[in-house]
Amino acid sequence: MSILIDETTRLVVQGITGGEGTFHAKQMVEYGTKVVAGVTPGKGGVIHEGIPVFDTVASAVAETGANTSVIFVPPASAKDAIVEAADVGIGLIVCITEGIPASDMVAVYDYLQRKGTRLIGPNCPGIISPGKAKVGIMPGFIHTRGHIGVISRSGTLTYEAVAQLTSLGLGQSTCIGIGGDPVVGTRFIDALKLFKEDPETEAVVIIGEIGGTAEEEAAAYIKEEFIKPVIGFIAGRTAPPGRRMGHAGAIISGGKGTAAEKMAALREAGIHVVDSPADIGVTVRDVLESRKLRPTRPASGRDAKKRTATK
Amino acid sequence: MKIHEYQAKEILRQFKVAVPTGKVAFSADEAVAAAEEIGGSVWVVKAQIHAGGRGKGGGVRLARSLDEVRQHAQGMLGMRLVTHQTGPEGRTVKRLLVEQGINIARELYVGITLDRARSRNVVMVSTEGGVEIEKVAAEAPEKIVKEAVDPALGLMPYQARSLAFALNLSGDAFKNGVGFLTALYRAYLSTDASLAEINPLVVTAEGAVLALDAKMNFDDNALFRHPDILALRDLDEEEPLEIEASKYNLNYIKLDGNVGCMVNGAGLAMSTMDIIKLAGGQPANFLDVGGGANAETVRHGFEIILSDPNVRAILVNIFGGIVRCDRVAQGIIEAAKDVKVSLPIVVRLEGTNAAEGGKLLEESGMSFTVAHGFRDAAVKVVAALQA
Repeated sequence: MSILIDETTRLVVQGITGGEGTFHAKQMVEYGTKVVAGVTPGKGGVIHEGIPVFDTVASAVAETGANTSVIFVPPASAKDAIVEAADVGIGLIVCITEGIPASDMVAVYDYLQRKGTRLIGPNCPGIISPGKAKVGIMPGFIHTRGHIGVISRSGTLTYEAVAQLTSLGLGQSTCIGIGGDPVVGTRFIDALKLFKEDPETEAVVIIGEIGGTAEEEAAAYIKEEFIKPVIGFIAGRTAPPGRRMGHAGAIISGGKGTAAEKMAALREAGIHVVDSPADIGVTVRDVLESRKLRPTRPASGRDAKKRTATK
Repeated sequence: MKIHEYQAKEILRQFKVAVPTGKVAFSADEAVAAAEEIGGSVWVVKAQIHAGGRGKGGGVRLARSLDEVRQHAQGMLGMRLVTHQTGPEGRTVKRLLVEQGINIARELYVGITLDRARSRNVVMVSTEGGVEIEKVAAEAPEKIVKEAVDPALGLMPYQARSLAFALNLSGDAFKNGVGFLTALYRAYLSTDASLAEINPLVVTAEGAVLALDAKMNFDDNALFRHPDILALRDLDEEEPLEIEASKYNLNYIKLDGNVGCMVNGAGLAMSTMDIIKLAGGQPANFLDVGGGANAETVRHGFEIILSDPNVRAILVNIFGGIVRCDRVAQGIIEAAKDVKVSLPIVVRLEGTNAAEGGKLLEESGMSFTVAHGFRDAAVKVVAALQA
């Protein structure tokens, strides 16, 4: 199993005829995702890169049975695109668009909550269930099928972590980029709830960054409800307060949202906190090794490291 | 985006939020003329910089005559105003706000911002005005009363009343307070503000409620639909290198260290700064060149990093996902030639065609140090500092 997307995913690409939409629709098809439709208002009836284009999400769903949407429209149109997909009954919407006004997302978030629609993003790389489906812009080849769940607010830093996992032979069940904005559809805690129910996922990596309190909320949830091992990294311990570090959501404001606070909250919840971004993969390996050893002899972390080093 | 107090007050006035009568002045003569126009016998001269804590640094002064207005204006214009938000170098004062003196009975607080944990806007009030709200939040959180706003309904009248009651307002002041909060929320929402903070919000002896100070920040992502607000941007208040970088869609933030870094992606860029620190170095900047990382963006990146005289070595960390590392390497070679970089450059490429990219760099005949792995990159760039 995996979460959110798999072989049954039937994808509609909103904004398919734009530059980003075109490029990534092709990449997703190459990865094996069932891209069944595209939507660009006014271009209905066209076949674009072998994919039928519709004027509305409603007609795309009616004709192709699409059940998932990925959005590549410009920021000013993103609110409209998300609500259009939700109104048609699409259950999972992945919004890649960066730069959407926060007030638009406040309204959209509230609307989707009432509707029961799941949104991933915006300003995110999307989701991938390796070997099954990719709904997003991440490079497919760095991923490999396996048992580690990954949740991250970042893009290339997630690729970095995934590449580390893959190089150590640690495949992934599903990797979710939840996005770097202040308001996102799915937070760490929501994604953790899904991984909790997924028997294929043995451990979860969470990659947070400065700003907000989503990591602290996740830590509180993990402490109470989540028994699978969690490995965490927080980017931005050298970031100055009051400055937006690229992502709209990555800002320490009013002295809150620092990396130190977040790391302390994660540690306190029993999460294995990684100090160096170069050690995400090896920490996951060591944690899994030490758990495997535990039933026969309670090994210390150092023993576990020694053991894997001799492999 | 940040704006000045006098600009925020002009916006508030448009939304019928009560503010003192006042006028901006760019010279001592203008300040005196403004005071004459405002009338009365007491004025306040306020230095306009994008930082709080101006009063303590001598940036807010009371004047009881036009001569005093002139004296204060002359003293403030051109001064380096240092506050807890400016850093030790301070900011040069170039604009003043001259306002009527207000007969203050009470100092309160109101702030509106996005509560990220709830994904809703929240209106906060406190009877503890005139002090830093972070301090109140830390020491006496029960003195901050909040109302989260349903985005579909807006701020309901009962919520505005609850907040006004929490501020212990009564009679005319209560009525004025409810009107103030309602109008302030409308101003916040209509302008796509990310923060509207009135500290202090004052009640006068006559029961008027008005914004003695005003701070408004705006959502950068929404500026495209507010050209009038974008026009208020004051480039004097921003770091010149950061302005230069933004012209090329580069996201650059200057820091105090000596290791320049260039990275694709904000999260990876922050982590690169972190790992430089862990390796014993100090990052000179945050620089996200975006997903593309082509010769053009890399060249501008080098130029901006090198404009910082503190930089003594450069670390380039690119994760080539969709973009191929051999093409990134070509871009780095071209850019380094164009810009004539003489400092040590450590390059770490990961992802698609990373090996080919590394080979191109090594065979370029230029003095790149190719790193293998994230940690290796940090160690090598810190070693380059000592070389």
